Amino acid sequence: MFEDNPTNLKKESTASQLPQRRQLQHWHHVSSQAAHQQQPFDSSLEKPQFPGASAEFVDHLEFIQPNVISGIPVYRVMDRQGNIINASEDPQLSKETVLNFYQKMTLLNTMDRILYESQRQGRISFYMTNYGEEGTHIGSAAALESNDLVFGQYREAGVLMYRGFPLDLFMAQCYANADDLGKGRQMPVHYGSKDLNFVTISSPLATQIPQAVGAAYALKRENMNRAVICYFGEGAASEGDAHAGFNFSATLECPLIFFCRNNGYAISTPTNEQYRGDGIAARGPGYGMLSIRVDGNDVFAVYNATKEARRRAVAENQPFLIEAMTYRIGHHSTSDDSSAYRSVDEVNYWDKQDHPISRLRHYMTARDWWSEDDERSWRKQSRKTVMEAFERAERRLKPNPELLFTDVYEEMTPSLDKQRESMFRHIQQYKEHYPVDLYEK
Amino acid sequence: MAAAARVFIRGAHATLSVPGAGKQSSARSALLKLSPGCSSRLKTQQRHAAHFTFQPEPVTTQYGPTQKMNLFQSITSALDNTLASDPTAVIFGEDVAFGGVFRCTVGLRDKYGKDRVFNTPLCEQGIVGFGIGAAVAGATAIAEIQFADYIFPAFDQIVNEAAKYRYRSGNLFDCGNLTIRAPWGCVGHGSLYHSQSPEAFFAHCPGIKIVIPRGPLEAKGLLLSCIADNNPCLFFEPKILYRAAVEQVPVDSYTIPLSQAEVLQEGSDVTLVAWGTQIHVLKEVANMAQEKLGVSCEVIDLRTILPWDTETICKEECFLNLEAPIARVCGYDTPFPHIFEPFYIPDKWKCFEAIKRMINY
Repeated sequence: MFEDNPTNLKKESTASQLPQRRQLQHWHHVSSQAAHQQQPFDSSLEKPQFPGASAEFVDHLEFIQPNVISGIPVYRVMDRQGNIINASEDPQLSKETVLNFYQKMTLLNTMDRILYESQRQGRISFYMTNYGEEGTHIGSAAALESNDLVFGQYREAGVLMYRGFPLDLFMAQCYANADDLGKGRQMPVHYGSKDLNFVTISSPLATQIPQAVGAAYALKRENMNRAVICYFGEGAASEGDAHAGFNFSATLECPLIFFCRNNGYAISTPTNEQYRGDGIAARGPGYGMLSIRVDGNDVFAVYNATKEARRRAVAENQPFLIEAMTYRIGHHSTSDDSSAYRSVDEVNYWDKQDHPISRLRHYMTARDWWSEDDERSWRKQSRKTVMEAFERAERRLKPNPELLFTDVYEEMTPSLDKQRESMFRHIQQYKEHYPVDLYEK
Repeated sequence: MAAAARVFIRGAHATLSVPGAGKQSSARSALLKLSPGCSSRLKTQQRHAAHFTFQPEPVTTQYGPTQKMNLFQSITSALDNTLASDPTAVIFGEDVAFGGVFRCTVGLRDKYGKDRVFNTPLCEQGIVGFGIGAAVAGATAIAEIQFADYIFPAFDQIVNEAAKYRYRSGNLFDCGNLTIRAPWGCVGHGSLYHSQSPEAFFAHCPGIKIVIPRGPLEAKGLLLSCIADNNPCLFFEPKILYRAAVEQVPVDSYTIPLSQAEVLQEGSDVTLVAWGTQIHVLKEVANMAQEKLGVSCEVIDLRTILPWDTETICKEECFLNLEAPIARVCGYDTPFPHIFEPFYIPDKWKCFEAIKRMINY
């Protein structure tokens, strides 16, 4: 039904190495078969004839036990020291590609440090770092085509960085200056780029999930082999919109990847207060969706899973659910101090012992692709470019206040026009009370 | 979600068959045979006639050949025109595939295919979220919410997402290709959850448009305008008019401008403003006021609730020149009741009385 494209993965497409994955595929096969072909009604059979489920009868009372002790296993390619465990799973990417992964992850990390600090110094109003989750961004972004549409939540800046969003535009959005593509309307980290197919971030959680499904449906009809990826955290997965999106994607057969960053916390709420089942991956089969859990701190595992999911989502017009297990090393945002609800030791473990950046670096150094000198000069260079962009962004004026009134509708309305005129008249009269000189005229 | 009540409404139009009965007609009459002392025309058993008389638009040839259509047929016609001319157009929602609970989408799936007219799972937040995403990706997305009373799960998607998509992205992205349709307003027996007019909840949300037609001719033109409009639109269809309102409606596409109120009749003493079903009430009230009070009423159909036509409704500084306070005649501050509907609704007598008090102010 779908073509086998040669991939970087050694194994043949559907027949998986891991028994658990095969089990999930079998499960999907049975349930989808039942769903698509409602068995012809035949009351002479002793089999249940209910339209709602395809199953056998059972004559003893037994509740199905949710399996949370040994849940869905975590797929990984590298161990915590960056050594390949099973050589056939190594995607064997080129040195250039792997160096690019590393540089993008570290550049993101550097930008995060500087912008976090800039908020502490009162230069920008707000910031959210991506510490510890860089692998989920870069691994997944690298596995997509550049024209695949991305819907994110707010902790996916690395996806945008991988696609080539310039530092100047990250900074412009955070500073809300006149270069901001978003015209200064949103809080920092609410990035968007039409050119890079990254839909502008919004603050309400999980709202992007059913939207991603609708977009995937429209792209399916266009028949241009484009996929959609939808990122969200394990907290947002509790929203009704997540349930809505999962269910719609499966029933409407949409080519998209749901990518859940399970980083252990939703602000201060740990996962054992967020859900009681086996994480997010275990929900997929409930919707008839192929699902996998991966080590989110293993950039190759993330890459492999996303690549295969993308290939099949488009070829077979069905959704895939990837739950990337990771850890939020930083605070939720600059408005949060996570020492209030977790120990420094816990955070340090992840920072020092299981970090996507260091694991990839070990992989690189083991192949003599990256030396101490490379590391030093790259750190210095990336810090310099970030600081230069930062200084440029800081000096730039804010957008013209008339942009307060545009884009509410496609067209300007008479009443908004009146309000705009009224505002300018007012500012003209009371200008000493308004920061007019910070804005473009 | 009130599945039983929905069946009841369909039951009003469909014939019920008695399971296990022999000849249907005799079984039915046996069930309904009343005791001798019970008159079949007891006043308490009689359901009220509608509180208005639908006043059809005059026939117009300006948009080409016309055909007799009721309101739901005029909606079908608009959707048919859209699916024919716009290959990206898709229609979705609960039960739209078989034709919809109000028959607005009858025949469209067979004509245009199951990938273009399809059912969604029962989830309004999903329907609207899905519609937003499809619109963002470039499709003309027409979402149906089965009753306006059930639009609230989608409130977040409409207000926080659809309305703000263009503004918050700096015009990089928008969902202007989205139109959301829903049956709206009182129907005689709809009670709390099949009668609501929720436009007020959305009326102060910048970024969306809200449109409510008064009949089939208006509905088709306004719906086609909403679909063509590059902003997300809510289109509320007065369900009581679906079958009751019949007009000659152009077969081809045509549009009626949004954000333009229509002065239906000129008048010099009192201005009456309404939208949807209530227009027909006010037209009658205007006649009553003329006949019984000698009062000349101007009747205005607002049509677009947001952004509304301030210029037509209040000429600049008109509020300085009123000779009486403005009267609002509407339902009471209660949920929409079932058996008390005749007392609840702003019928012609309440409107007439308001005019009387106004001119005697």
